Amino acid sequence: MSSATLATLALEDGTVFEGVGFGARGTTTGEVCFNTGLSGYQEVLTDPSYHGQIVAMTAPQIGNTGVNAHDDQSWQPWVAGFVVREESPVASSWRSEGSLGGYLKRHGICGIAEVDTRRLTRHLRDRGAMRGALSTEITKHDELVDVARSSRSMVGADLAREVSTRSTFEWGPGDLEQRARSGYAAGSEWSPSTSELLTENSFARRFKVAAFDFGIKKNILDLLVSSGCDVTVVPATTSAAEVEGKYDGVFLSNGPGDPDPVVYGIETTRALLGRVPVFGICLGHQVLGLALGAKTFKLPFGHRGGNHPVRRSDSPRVEITCQNHGFAVEPESVETTPARLTHMNLNDDTVEGLEVPGVCHSVQYHPEAGPGPHDSRYLFERFRKLMSEFEPTEVPLPTQ
Amino acid sequence: MPARRDIGSILVLGSGPIVIGQACEFDYSGVQACKVLRDEGYRVILVNSNPATIMTDPEFADATYIEPITPSFVERVIAREKPDAVLPTLGGQTGLNTAMDLAKDGVFEAHDVALIGATPEIIRRAEDRREFKKVMQEAGIDLPRSTFAYSVDEAVRAAEELGFPVVIRPSYVLGGGGSGVVSTPDELIPVVSEGIRLSPIGEVLVEESISGWKEFELELMRDRNDNVVVVCSIENLDPMGVHTGDSITVAPAMTLTDVEYQGMRDDGARVMRAIGVETGGSNVQFAVDPATGRRVVIEMNPRVSRSSALASKATGFPIAKIAAKLAVGYTLDEITNDITKKTPASFEPSIDYVVVKIPRFNFEKFAGASRVLGTKMKSVGEVMAIGRTFDEALQKGYRSLERDLDGLGGPGIQVSLEDCLERIASPTEERLHLVERALYLGADPATVAEVTKIDLWFVTQIARIVDMRKRLEGVGFLGDLDVQSLKRAKRLGFGDAQIARLVGSSEQEVRARRVALGVLPTYKTVDTCAAEFEAYTPYFYSTYEDEDEVTPTGREKVLVLGSGPNRIGQGIEFDYCCVHAAFALSDAGFETIMLNCNPETVSTDYDTSDRLYFEPLTFEDVMNVVEKERPRGVIVQLGGQTPLKLADRLARSGVPILGTQPEAIDRAEDRERFGDLLADQRLPHPANGMARSVAEARAIAASIGYPVLVRPSYVLGGRAMEIVYEAESLEHYMNTAAEVSPAHPVLIDRFLEGAIEVDCDAVFDGHELYVGGVLEHIEEAGVHSGDSACALPPFTLGNDEVQSVVDHTEVIARELDVRGLINVQYAVKDDQVFVIEANPRASRTVPFVSKATGVPLAKVAARVMAGATLAELRAEGLVPQRSLGHETMRHVAVKEAVMPFERFPGVDTLLGPEMRSTGEVMGIDSNFGVAFAKAEAGAGVRLPSKGTVFISVSNRDKRAVIFPAKRLADLGFHLVATGGTAQVLRRAGVDVDIVEKVSSTSGDGSTGGRVLNVIDKIGSGEVELVFNTPLGRGARTDGYFIRTASVAAGVPCVTTMPGMAAAVQAIEEIISGALTVRPLQEFLAAMAGRARPDRREDAGRARPDRREDAGRARPDRREDAGRARPDRREER
Repeated sequence: MSSATLATLALEDGTVFEGVGFGARGTTTGEVCFNTGLSGYQEVLTDPSYHGQIVAMTAPQIGNTGVNAHDDQSWQPWVAGFVVREESPVASSWRSEGSLGGYLKRHGICGIAEVDTRRLTRHLRDRGAMRGALSTEITKHDELVDVARSSRSMVGADLAREVSTRSTFEWGPGDLEQRARSGYAAGSEWSPSTSELLTENSFARRFKVAAFDFGIKKNILDLLVSSGCDVTVVPATTSAAEVEGKYDGVFLSNGPGDPDPVVYGIETTRALLGRVPVFGICLGHQVLGLALGAKTFKLPFGHRGGNHPVRRSDSPRVEITCQNHGFAVEPESVETTPARLTHMNLNDDTVEGLEVPGVCHSVQYHPEAGPGPHDSRYLFERFRKLMSEFEPTEVPLPTQ
Repeated sequence: MPARRDIGSILVLGSGPIVIGQACEFDYSGVQACKVLRDEGYRVILVNSNPATIMTDPEFADATYIEPITPSFVERVIAREKPDAVLPTLGGQTGLNTAMDLAKDGVFEAHDVALIGATPEIIRRAEDRREFKKVMQEAGIDLPRSTFAYSVDEAVRAAEELGFPVVIRPSYVLGGGGSGVVSTPDELIPVVSEGIRLSPIGEVLVEESISGWKEFELELMRDRNDNVVVVCSIENLDPMGVHTGDSITVAPAMTLTDVEYQGMRDDGARVMRAIGVETGGSNVQFAVDPATGRRVVIEMNPRVSRSSALASKATGFPIAKIAAKLAVGYTLDEITNDITKKTPASFEPSIDYVVVKIPRFNFEKFAGASRVLGTKMKSVGEVMAIGRTFDEALQKGYRSLERDLDGLGGPGIQVSLEDCLERIASPTEERLHLVERALYLGADPATVAEVTKIDLWFVTQIARIVDMRKRLEGVGFLGDLDVQSLKRAKRLGFGDAQIARLVGSSEQEVRARRVALGVLPTYKTVDTCAAEFEAYTPYFYSTYEDEDEVTPTGREKVLVLGSGPNRIGQGIEFDYCCVHAAFALSDAGFETIMLNCNPETVSTDYDTSDRLYFEPLTFEDVMNVVEKERPRGVIVQLGGQTPLKLADRLARSGVPILGTQPEAIDRAEDRERFGDLLADQRLPHPANGMARSVAEARAIAASIGYPVLVRPSYVLGGRAMEIVYEAESLEHYMNTAAEVSPAHPVLIDRFLEGAIEVDCDAVFDGHELYVGGVLEHIEEAGVHSGDSACALPPFTLGNDEVQSVVDHTEVIARELDVRGLINVQYAVKDDQVFVIEANPRASRTVPFVSKATGVPLAKVAARVMAGATLAELRAEGLVPQRSLGHETMRHVAVKEAVMPFERFPGVDTLLGPEMRSTGEVMGIDSNFGVAFAKAEAGAGVRLPSKGTVFISVSNRDKRAVIFPAKRLADLGFHLVATGGTAQVLRRAGVDVDIVEKVSSTSGDGSTGGRVLNVIDKIGSGEVELVFNTPLGRGARTDGYFIRTASVAAGVPCVTTMPGMAAAVQAIEEIISGALTVRPLQEFLAAMAGRARPDRREDAGRARPDRREDAGRARPDRREDAGRARPDRREER
């Protein structure tokens, strides 16, 4: 421990946590949030939705199984910083290709360990999400608190643009296949493994889907492919004209932060509604909600974890879902739109799903899992069904 | 959807006595279920033969049948009660098997009873290995390759096809009984033959060995809307090959990537759906190949299990309670999570700590038993520990284990690196200490992981403990221990005592320095949600972090110290007493705080006390809670030896001990001081002395005369106690016993041969004595009281003898200044009542006495400890008007011990002063014979009503054997006996055939024409009952072979003459068909109704001070007992 680098995490309200640095050295800022998932730290690190956030894991021992090339949800880790109670001194898994610490260091991400993460979680739960600064350089508490206070706020920041692909590209079965060989499962309902999905992947008709990348996760792409879609990933700022008539469906991806500034996405979606089937997840769900005329708001401390119960309105089933969002659609505002609520969070009654039958549907949570339970894969089937039965229609949107 | 209203009454099956593989976790689950079902308005009928359970307290069910959980008795209960439904999934394997038998016999159909929770079809799919395999294959679940066999030949062929090693698993056997890994045909044969015998359908599974793979378990719940949640994942530190009950297990799973975990979760739900469990909890076990990740399903339990109790305690999610609600029609989303009070039960707990369970073994009780762990469960209990890291939880666990360990490792093991590496290859109780030692001696973690197949992650964690140990050893002087190192050590779970040992200081000094440096424990909450929501349930553990989130209240508090892990000699009985204390003191307005580390128990249910600290029962951990909570007092006399051992140190540290003071406890336990007390009071006691050397022992024994009873001081459960008949044995004993307890001398008592042993359980408040009951043992003195059957009221003692017992007890209680419980053991010989020993604390028989008499002794004692007088409690109705608890009994209650010999093949079953029973049952009825018959049936002893009885008794018993043998012959039994016994019986006119002894048959293998000897006859099932009293103790006698053969063949074997007499009485009752069933509530009501008042008093009038002369034990006044006790404990 004598060689350990001291690290400090300061919150904008003046609360300070001291610990030991791991990963990269330096200073970073972001909104501090906690994730209650027991497994899947690598997927969390690489989920673009965490762009701009310093993520604390409530599970105390992190890094046990190291990292591998197959579980990444993106091309790089996106978290602004990583907070754990303890970093594993060893990576032990037949799937491991390296240690967590080494991975963070390689990607220039600062981590802090030996933190009372339960205290941090309780603090955020009671006071709400807030900005923070993590540093191995600045040791003066006041100074670091000031850094936290001067960092940018999540609210109003257009983070999706920062994580989105700059160019259009295809995502094919080959990408899935390559990962399937290594114990990787894309996630399915009570799971045939990914390799099984591939063999069943002989759909009579394949659909061309444009996936808007607000921060898309690989698992979503894999599941679209395995449900019979040929996927083209397009930048977040792609216009309606660029996709209309070229695709059988449009997918609005997950992504980081506040949906309000994603005006380009909202406008494009408004223009496409009724002309092409739309399916949205997470930020994509919020973007769809806003396009339909609903409103969004910031949750006190967000939902981040793999154990949130969601009830479907069309069946008595309760799905255990993976969630990662700090904003949500206002339930009352949905009443003025053509959409109906299809899913509800049982913990706090927040909106988890919307649908305009025959036109579009979306969920706030992550049916693709990665990490998290595989209870909700049927939504990808539902998208396929929507595309196969789609008839263009006029959607009566409220004027904005 | 609200609860089902098409059913009004539900029969709940308990799990019966505590046995290896089925312990008090089923009391915990049963209590939860009964509470839920009654709250929902159902009439609850309970069947459970175990009197030491909370669930059999009369207020937990509308009708409580303390009857054997066998198909025939349960059928009688069904016929009498006509329940609408039976819930079999909370009573362990016993409950499930009994339900299966009843279903097979058409009992449910005949009485129009529904099975809820699991149907016979579901149970069969899960339990029948052939069916299970088929269902799993259809569901696309990977399994180890396997074949069924019904004979040894078939098994050998199957094994050769699969390739050795293979695992043998008998179908339908509890706790992995009879299973084993075999590597050659020679090894296979005995395992398969035993397995076929054990299996009720004569079937064994021969399976590909996946020994060395990683083992995991998932605890799942499903509701009738097909919603499935995983409550908890559990990883076994010990790889496949060790029964999960004997493995160190960790929650949550630590070494799975999300991809692997979610795949396992999917499989778990598919298994549950495929088996068809519609509502309730299930446990699915998996093995994972560490090299490839291949995952196979090992088995599933369609019921609440030991693991689900652990999962409940590990997460705060009450599986049994929810299972009961689901069984009556609720869905998960309709049930609120108690802990958050706002989120539903349809979620998956997230935990922000690490839980470690460590099994507790008792091999020292079973000389000759193999100590290598395998697929057959051998542990008798377990501890759970919670920490923020694995290391912390592991070390807290070892500290909790009651093994005189201060953490992992320890000074005891001095083995070379080479030996370590060899020994850690096979799983044993000590393995992890040897792993620590190997790492300490320089072994590379990867090597250790390779040799043990323990995941490298766990080994690396242990290596950190080793590094810290070295750092502490290098400190040399406590004053040099810096705050960072100390904090780091605490965060790795090091105890103060352990640190003291390593730096060469004392625990007291380490504690003082730690406090001075501000390194203090912080308490965190177990909240099911990793702090995402506010928690309302006060369930806490300690760790060393920044924030202590627990705030003490300003209420007046009592801290109850629990009894730690179950082990032989200290089981559920003590937990029962602690739970009663919590209930009684809470009712009396105190805030109750429980401290315990046993996850199986009711005491560690967060509903039992106002606050629960799940912590090791060590001085350090108790003091920390005391300093935090500042209770008015601490109760140490209810949890057995565990808290008693701490009492003196706590008192010396200024902690107020409630009730009898440690000084008095010492006076009772110190034989010299206690001997002085008896002499002063002129109470008769066997001549005795205390020896510190062999020479001294010889001199004492010679002066008091043989036989003598020898034992080390300060032990529970008769550990290392022996009856010695001559000087040579005494010397041998002294040389071995000195190792058992070097700090304490050896006690030598004159052994009263053939005396009747008597127990008296009473409460003393400083003024008067309330005697719960005087129990007469069936086996003579010399058999440990925990292993001996006993009856209440006494069945042969005269009134004057009972009066002497009561009088002596009062004198001793007064002299010791007891406040609370006292148990005194007596031996009655030649009309004289000798005091054997006194224990001013809860005894093992407190629950039995409470249940038999309807007076909750532990509650009374707890109130007395907290300052109430018996007179006050009598006014409240907690204590009856009579001062002798069993006085108005119209029924007889018999307690019988349950022995684990089947788990330890080859161990001699002879009863003696060393306690070896794991649990107890109660038989209750209108006379002794019937009550004894029920007790035997409850204990799993199948007394026959016809067939062949084998008798072989020692010379001194030959006179006494005539009458019972003649009676058996009259009842139509065919008697066979060895030569000497047969001769005596024939002379008495009893018809008997002679059978060869073992030793009289030629041992050279020339079997041509030889008469079948008794072992052959027992083995071949020709004998239904064996009576064998020992000719001498020790291995390899004829008797030894007869007794072990009986165990192997599952034939009841009675080894004492009083036991034989009782068995014959029971058999008479069985033949006469007198075995009916009645609920406890009826027996107790009849008892209360009988207490005719000699002199009525106004109910409203304040009672005068009833203090009486010290010499007079019993007030001769009685009052109206009809209004004495409320039928139910008030809702808390």
